[in-house]
Amino acid sequence: MGLYLLVRAAVLVVSTAVASVVVFAVMAVLPGDPAEVALGVNATPEAVAAKRAEFGTDRPLVTQFLDWVSGLPTGDFGVSYVTSDHIGPQIVDRLGVTLWLVLFGMLTALVVAVPLGTAAAVRHRSVGGLLLSGLSQVGVAVPAFLAGILLVFLFAVTLRVLPSGGYTPLGEDPGAWFQQLLLPSLSLGLVQGAVLSRYVRSAVLDVMREDYIRTARAKGLGLYRALWRHGARNAAIPVVTVLGLQLATLLIGAVVVERVFTLPGLGSLLLDGVANRDLLLVQGTVMVLVVAVLAVNFLVDVLYAVLDPRLRGAR
Amino acid sequence: MTRPLARLVAVIATVTLAITAAGCSSGTSGDSATGSSLSVGFVAEPANLDFTSTDGAAIPQALLVNVYEGLVKLDQDGKIVPLLAESWEVSPDRKTYTFHLRDNVTFTNGKTFTADDVVFSINRVKTDWKVSLKSAMDVVANVEKKDDTTAVVTLTKPSNSWLYRMTTRIGAMFSRDGVADLANTPVGTGPYKLESWRRGDAITFSANDSYWGTKPKLQKVVLKYFKDATALNNALLTGGIDVISAVQAPESIQQFSDTSKYEVIEGTTTGEVVLSFNNSKAPLNDPRVRRAIRHAIDHKALLDTAWAGRGQLIGTMVPPTDPWYEDLTGLYPYDPAKARDLLAQAGQTRLNLKLRIPNLPYAVASAQVVKSQLDAVGITVDIEPLEFPARWLDVVFKQADYDMSIINHVEPRDVTAVFGNPDYYLRYDSPRVQELFAKADAGTEEEQVTAMKEAARIISEDAAGDFLFLFPNLIVAKKGIAGLPKNLVSESFDLSVLSPSEA
Repeated sequence: MGLYLLVRAAVLVVSTAVASVVVFAVMAVLPGDPAEVALGVNATPEAVAAKRAEFGTDRPLVTQFLDWVSGLPTGDFGVSYVTSDHIGPQIVDRLGVTLWLVLFGMLTALVVAVPLGTAAAVRHRSVGGLLLSGLSQVGVAVPAFLAGILLVFLFAVTLRVLPSGGYTPLGEDPGAWFQQLLLPSLSLGLVQGAVLSRYVRSAVLDVMREDYIRTARAKGLGLYRALWRHGARNAAIPVVTVLGLQLATLLIGAVVVERVFTLPGLGSLLLDGVANRDLLLVQGTVMVLVVAVLAVNFLVDVLYAVLDPRLRGAR
Repeated sequence: MTRPLARLVAVIATVTLAITAAGCSSGTSGDSATGSSLSVGFVAEPANLDFTSTDGAAIPQALLVNVYEGLVKLDQDGKIVPLLAESWEVSPDRKTYTFHLRDNVTFTNGKTFTADDVVFSINRVKTDWKVSLKSAMDVVANVEKKDDTTAVVTLTKPSNSWLYRMTTRIGAMFSRDGVADLANTPVGTGPYKLESWRRGDAITFSANDSYWGTKPKLQKVVLKYFKDATALNNALLTGGIDVISAVQAPESIQQFSDTSKYEVIEGTTTGEVVLSFNNSKAPLNDPRVRRAIRHAIDHKALLDTAWAGRGQLIGTMVPPTDPWYEDLTGLYPYDPAKARDLLAQAGQTRLNLKLRIPNLPYAVASAQVVKSQLDAVGITVDIEPLEFPARWLDVVFKQADYDMSIINHVEPRDVTAVFGNPDYYLRYDSPRVQELFAKADAGTEEEQVTAMKEAARIISEDAAGDFLFLFPNLIVAKKGIAGLPKNLVSESFDLSVLSPSEA
């Protein structure tokens, strides 16, 4: 188990290093000069040159890269071109919004997917099971932003029970905070829940065919009780894998959903950064997202070992 | 499994219902308009609060007149009126301006506003400002303090546009001790001061209790920023905001047709939506081709299709709120036959033109109409949307690598900048027009109007660009909110005159 974890950790570190190079390179080839964008129309060449010197974008790319990457381990992402503030605190601030959104989105997905998928598996021969299965296919086809627009139309504009957007920090007004996060989380989570329910269904179907379930049933346990006591752990392995992969999708979905609901999260920070060519800010934000996804994959690997004792002895 | 799970679902459902139900009474700010606070929805959020180093319309829109004040300002009719200067005199040679300052003005940092701050602010434009607009101050030879309430500005040559520019952000008055952190902490003399700024969401202003003038009717104004046009509309529909400062999709305005709840205000802006031509590059260096294009476009149909008929047709680069406005829409009537004739004369019967536009709604919508109308006279148009601002600035604005583009030139009185400078991206070089602009700047008020009128007419006759329409000022507000501007004449959104609805 120790070796297994060590290898996973090494993969995490190497991937992060490679990602930093890729992220920097993509920003470097992005058309549009930050100095020109900051100064706008009518800027004189001298003013642009001065601005470049101020930003440090006139230095060789390698110097810029080393300067940037050396600060990363200590959380120093540099200073924003646009706000002249340190980027680290800005990202932490926005991350607070996005993490709640992703967390609630994931919870919604689980709450939707586990019962739905299990029911669809248990009744896979009946009309009800087929209907559930079909429903989840529809859910898979709906993009999160469309779900968001539809939910706003229904709950905010027509029924007037929830706000259409905006954000209030948890500390200021927990009630408003929860209300404003509810619709965005649902739009993210319902779609992911539909995807996830497909995996739950097939995992539960597989487990149902196992001998140990038959044995448990023969001992007199009901189907659900047998699945809960003996099948849940086994079915959880593929579901946890997909959940880990879905986190990346959720983060990307959050970028779009934040725009629909005007949430000041990481996604809106990223989009503003791109529009203003605030390259350091974009680089920093993307790196945080990349590390988040890599870290979750690492956690999923660790979870495997916890869920499946056979993996612990594997290496 | 069923029982514990069912219990969990029941608990979640109950909690959710309880919280949403509680929200109906408290959360959504449907009652905000009745107190002494209002929230106004905007589209572009300032990148920072320092317009001395960062360009963009969003910063002065929020701060000018509200937080920062100049010596003079523009009234609703586009006239220059006193603000921090009670009055001023111009010397007979039109080169010396003597400003008499109000003596009861303080900055929000507690310092008194004096002639020293005028000297400091004007000189600082030349020494410390980074944005290109600062060139408007180049004409100032000297500024000095005569006494605490008198400042004298001497120009190198007579310039009407200088006093006008003093109404814009260039003329904002800063405290000598208030420029340490302009990006986050503005210090001004205005009716409001910055209370908080939650980036990506909202800026909150609160009334400046020590304001020298008429105190604002609202204790608090929240400027809320929306990236998405639908989200902006929904916010007003659901009571999240009280005012939409600028409607982004004019066809969506019918959502607010209930006149017992909403009020729609439509007026003019200083934004001319221009179909710009690359005047120095074949085939558009041939005036016959440019004229043909102007005749080939049915402007009324374009406005109806692209912007739901909201806006006003203009014949040149001058909005009706400028003193030298003249209706020139008759110069190029819609006449496809004449357009074909002109093209034949120019020997250009199979033209292929690149229309490189910013990826903004008005430009995309207008480009499609332009394409189909030009197609009818035998000109093939390739539309290429470019990301705005970065890509468009680089390709069209800087490199002038385009045949035609469509952009809303929003700055007030920008006809001189756009058509008076041969290096500007339209590459229009007319010595006569440049001479007239110079004459207008140096002359008396009447001479200015005459010269500007003539220049604007020549630009239109030359077909240096086609003027698609004047961008409308479209505001939707909850019924009963007073003080909303019908016409947008300056670069600020004046919040000090707003008052809440009584309902």
